[in-house]
Amino acid sequence: MTPKISLLAAAWLVLKKDWQIEWRTRARLTALIFFSGATLLLFSFAMGPDVTSLRAHAHGYLWLGLLFASVLSLGESFRIESENQALTGLVLTPVEPRAIFIGKVLGNASMLFVLSLVLLPITVGLYDVTLTRVPHLLLLVLFLGVLGISAPGTVYSAISANARARDVMLPLLLFPVLVPLLLAAASATKLTFQPDPQDQLGSWLKLLIAFDLIYLSVGFLVFPKIAEED
Amino acid sequence: MPASIPLLLLLALAVMVVVHIAVPKTRTILWKLSAALGAVMLGLLMYLGMFYAPPEAFMSNVGRILYVHVPYIWMAFIAFLMNVGCAFGYLMKKSWVTDALAESSAEVGVLFGAVGVAMGSIWARPTWGVWWDWDPRLISTTVMLLSYVGYLALRSFTEDPERRATWSAAVGILSGVSLPITYYSVRWWNSLHQVQSSTASVDKTMGSVLLWGLATLLFFLFPFIVKRYEIARARQTAAMELPPLEAPRPEAA
Amino acid sequence: MSALAVEAIDISKRFGARWAISRLSFSLEQGRSLLLTGHNGSGKTTLLRIISTAAFPTAGTLKVLGFDSKKQRDSLRPSVALVSHASFHYEDLTAAQNLLLSAKFLGVKDPAATVKELLERMGLAARADSAVRQFSAGMRKRLAIARLLMKAPKVALLDEPFGELDPAGILQMEQLIRSLQAQGTSVVLATHLIEQGLTLTQERLHLEAGRKVSPS
Repeated sequence: MTPKISLLAAAWLVLKKDWQIEWRTRARLTALIFFSGATLLLFSFAMGPDVTSLRAHAHGYLWLGLLFASVLSLGESFRIESENQALTGLVLTPVEPRAIFIGKVLGNASMLFVLSLVLLPITVGLYDVTLTRVPHLLLLVLFLGVLGISAPGTVYSAISANARARDVMLPLLLFPVLVPLLLAAASATKLTFQPDPQDQLGSWLKLLIAFDLIYLSVGFLVFPKIAEED
Repeated sequence: MPASIPLLLLLALAVMVVVHIAVPKTRTILWKLSAALGAVMLGLLMYLGMFYAPPEAFMSNVGRILYVHVPYIWMAFIAFLMNVGCAFGYLMKKSWVTDALAESSAEVGVLFGAVGVAMGSIWARPTWGVWWDWDPRLISTTVMLLSYVGYLALRSFTEDPERRATWSAAVGILSGVSLPITYYSVRWWNSLHQVQSSTASVDKTMGSVLLWGLATLLFFLFPFIVKRYEIARARQTAAMELPPLEAPRPEAA
Repeated sequence: MSALAVEAIDISKRFGARWAISRLSFSLEQGRSLLLTGHNGSGKTTLLRIISTAAFPTAGTLKVLGFDSKKQRDSLRPSVALVSHASFHYEDLTAAQNLLLSAKFLGVKDPAATVKELLERMGLAARADSAVRQFSAGMRKRLAIARLLMKAPKVALLDEPFGELDPAGILQMEQLIRSLQAQGTSVVLATHLIEQGLTLTQERLHLEAGRKVSPS
């Protein structure tokens, strides 16, 4: 039997629903921003006041900060679904699990993207980087990077939300998988902060796109098995 | 030692594996045979590695640990390939055999991999002066091991067998997919920074000893996987029995 | 002859090491209603979840409206609805927003008007724009019922619908159940209020430790 609405329409409803909830609980987003800002601050304290060194490594600190924040935001994204078993409720409506996956990945990615934008001025303040060289490419890198965190992150947070030791399970599962993403996103970001004489940025962008496509496809295929008992 | 001897032994092992799967009656003896043969081959490997093979140009005698280090890592990769295969297999068609094999290959793979990485560190320190470096193979292997430690943690934290099997399969696939991506991204990074890769050229004698090491460890890998698989199956079967048709009557006082 | 509303063929359900349902077989014709009784932990909630396709039997076959609950779940889901302990609500959205979301997923023709009417019918109109987090247990139950009514299922599964309700609420719930039945819906009702339950249903299934037993 064909569902009443299309896959994309259902995904859009899921995404809007997540935005609605984020807006209504925006105090939490604010707390997340302060957490990430504090993380960046702690990096600068741990490394010491050498501005040259901080500037040289700022790309790494930014992405580490985003990575840590993502664990919190991904965890929360599925906590709201497991509270009252709302995710099961969606599946029974019926809503196609694949639509839920698309909606949640985009929701998580958009939250992290907003977070990354807010962190940019903090990065400038703490590490004295230049954002104005290729700002459009920087935004592209940020977007591709957070999408790459969200794709496997959505699958793993769906699993962890129902597992024991869930706080530790998500980063334990997610971080090894994100090693190449971290490498690519940080390297690409560095090449937007600094001059790129050998034009390596293009290669890193391609790697990011490949990573995103692969994990979106794998997640798309695997998520339905997790969203419902089989 | 001609290369044909280890190749013949590998063929024998392949036959043993096929017979083990096809003929249930042989399942009690073949793994023991394999382990015994492996022990003998290990003794020979010690001799070959320490005395027969010539010292390597850069690394002199320290490099001899390669004859066990490299096979251990290969075993880990074979086991993980098996795990990824089982993960795909399970999601396509649910089967307890596939899940048990996945559990076995993950655990055995972590074991061999951890030993292999430790050996690699022991070799690297006197050779390059560091315990760790930015080599794509090293990074990929470590990421692989970390992924599977997480995999095993998830399995041990999930009590429901069906859920455990499904979630493990999902994690197995994502982890498996991350391997080639990790390898290529580190290699890419190295090439962009003009870091030389450390592939030493392998002379024929060394190559044959390496092959002997590979064969030896395969003769060990087979029984490890078999026994761990049997443990996994036993645990599953204990949990799987349907309850009796009629409710058990309470004992009369 | 039309398909049975529910047909359980030797189903068993295991969670971890425990069998929540053991070798259960029963059937219910369409248009008839079933009273499900048993102590807490006897398997009532699990059975309702299995019929709703939120869970699947470990062994055996369950057919709902002629569809295999596991293999044909997509065909089945639009026709079955469950009101259970887990309310499926989003705590931070309002009652209206929660219902509107379901309405849009269901492809309801005039979502806003339908939602308004249902909230009024369930006595939640005054709190339509309050977050569910602030709702009492009884109000959450009424919101869940509203969602079920919107779906207009052929099989309605109610897990302790009278819990948390005052006498007026219980009366309203009974009326709701009767109006569902008047539309031909098959109702499976799990409740501790056995007298009420018996007046509302034609058949009874009593569970003990996941098995069908005769009620003592």
